[in-house]
Amino acid sequence: MLQFTNTALAGLVLGMIFAAFALALVLIWRSTRILNFAQAPMAVLTTYIALVMIEDGRSYWLAFVVALLCGLVLGAVVERVIIRPVEGKPDINAVILTLGLFIVFKSGAEVIFGTKLRTYPPSFGIRGVEIGGTTVGITTSDFFTIGAVLATMAVLVALFRFTDLGLKMRAAANNQEVARLLGVKVGAMLTLGWALAAVVGSLSGLLIASGGLVQPSYMDSIVVFGFIAAVIGGLESPVGAVVGGLLLGFSLSFVSGYIGAQLVALVALGILMVVLMLRPGGLFAATQGRRV
Amino acid sequence: MTAVTDKLNPAGAREVWRGYPLVRHLLTAALALVAVIVVLTAVDDFQATKLTEMAYIAIAAGGLTLLTGLNGQISLGHGALMAFGAYTTALMYDEPDSSPPLVLVVLTAVLVTVIVGILIGIAAARLHGPYLAGATLTLAVAVPGLGNQFKETLGGDQGLRVSRPEIPQWAADAAYYLTGSDPSTSKYFAFLAWCTLIITFLLLANLASSRVGRRWAAVRDDEVAAEIAGIDLTRARVSAFVVSAAAAGAAGAMFALAQRTVSPLGFSLNLSLTLLAIVVLGGLGSLTGAILLSGVLVFLPQFVQDLGAGADIDATRASQMATLVFGLTMVLVILLAPRGLAGGFRSLKARLTSSVAARRSSSDSPTGGSAAPTDSDSSSLTETEDSTTPIITKKGTS
Repeated sequence: MLQFTNTALAGLVLGMIFAAFALALVLIWRSTRILNFAQAPMAVLTTYIALVMIEDGRSYWLAFVVALLCGLVLGAVVERVIIRPVEGKPDINAVILTLGLFIVFKSGAEVIFGTKLRTYPPSFGIRGVEIGGTTVGITTSDFFTIGAVLATMAVLVALFRFTDLGLKMRAAANNQEVARLLGVKVGAMLTLGWALAAVVGSLSGLLIASGGLVQPSYMDSIVVFGFIAAVIGGLESPVGAVVGGLLLGFSLSFVSGYIGAQLVALVALGILMVVLMLRPGGLFAATQGRRV
Repeated sequence: MTAVTDKLNPAGAREVWRGYPLVRHLLTAALALVAVIVVLTAVDDFQATKLTEMAYIAIAAGGLTLLTGLNGQISLGHGALMAFGAYTTALMYDEPDSSPPLVLVVLTAVLVTVIVGILIGIAAARLHGPYLAGATLTLAVAVPGLGNQFKETLGGDQGLRVSRPEIPQWAADAAYYLTGSDPSTSKYFAFLAWCTLIITFLLLANLASSRVGRRWAAVRDDEVAAEIAGIDLTRARVSAFVVSAAAAGAAGAMFALAQRTVSPLGFSLNLSLTLLAIVVLGGLGSLTGAILLSGVLVFLPQFVQDLGAGADIDATRASQMATLVFGLTMVLVILLAPRGLAGGFRSLKARLTSSVAARRSSSDSPTGGSAAPTDSDSSSLTETEDSTTPIITKKGTS
């Protein structure tokens, strides 16, 4: 029973991280119809910036905030300089472009920071919380992870639903021409979308890193899991991304706990194929019959 | 008004050269074989090892070129497919004394990869663009885990050792007869890898210029039109995937023989991404480009290391820098010259010969105006009017 509880709790934390990453992918997909495969190495870069600051003796939370700000700038610059020229072109161009960025950022991180495993200090305690005399497998750091992802989601929902800016961003994403006619600065909105997505991506990078080992390829599998979580959710809806992330987190946690940790990615592939074959639009598809 | 090339080549020879791809490919293959023998005789053992590496990268890249360039399907899973071929080879060569014939081993490796390719291809045939990329990316991340999961048979992180077969006596004799010295093991395997490369590329080039290749291109250019013309979309897609998986399997077999160990680390995501980079930089559809860029990939780290000899750059860092250069070039190519480096050269060549000659040669071609983008090295594959057009373009009806 304890193992079951612990596996479920691990799945919850994992799912939250996948959800954050999937959220970043969904933000970009909604606005530009581009799947940003370079999201993971971008998060790696910002995480390393935070790590270097912490190793220099700066405060943990200062480094955290600086990393998120770097993510914001990086996302905006990438969209404005590199992605803008391929927007509206056949999607294979964008796919190859973001994969090229993947290579650039990842090997860039390897060249600058080396491939050695480094310890990233945890945000809070890493001891399991005691409930009724038994220690369960969830730590105060994990509570922070869950809280941070939930807060981010709340902020994003509030932004899109209740603010003028969010309305403009949704307009730009839904119909660029009409939005432009109505006076929305579509370009700026797209840049903002990428910047926000990069912040969320960086957040998930920092959350995964905290209390663990970091190396330039530590996010490689997350890009895949985040993608699958987003696809389960239909790539369109932020809520779907979160639910998809949680579903995937729980399934993978149980696979890892009861069957074999190495099979996780393979099971994820299976889940992805089943979802794409049976419900190509994801579990939350608003439109039917979309081509995948 | 006559182009320079017309004076150099008599019309008859040109006709044969253009109209009979098989003749052209066989001649090129024969020339390539001679070149390989000459080069391998001249280089030292270290360079021979590097050339082997270039060969198996190029074989896999050739398969991917066909899939992405000709059929328009993207795959980030070709490194993983190579792993199937490599592990099959390693399992068959696990004991030093019992070594099955080499051809059998390579063919088995190809067969195993083909079976995997059929399974993936069927799933992939239904996916497009980013979905296909994501699914195959998952494959690339998932497959190396298998080696760790089944430690008993696949050796875990350490991987499997490959006990390479001896050089057969007749091969040693032939090498002695040709070059006057006994071949070293590394040169023998380099020769083997390059022969595999030549055979694979001969098959790929012929396939690309055949009816099958035209079907693949038709599916890439316009699904609806292809379906109306009676082409089974799924069959065309799956067959393209299977053929390119077969190439990846052969590449994997050569990888195992060259590296002598097969471990999950050898088939990381980087390998798959690098293969895609080679295909994109090589001009999406150009087999020649795939070979050239494989060479650049393999020899660039060494070059970087030599350059930075004073700057204290070790081998790992040099290869990381080479990858960085590759990625940067890939991004720049997509932004500035979407037809790839080879495409850039081709457009330069096309600009040098006059446009009149280009028009003449297209109407002269024996297949008439119907020549679909057929063969791998003709300029028509991804040729478009200006550099701002996307990589994979819809062909006009002309």
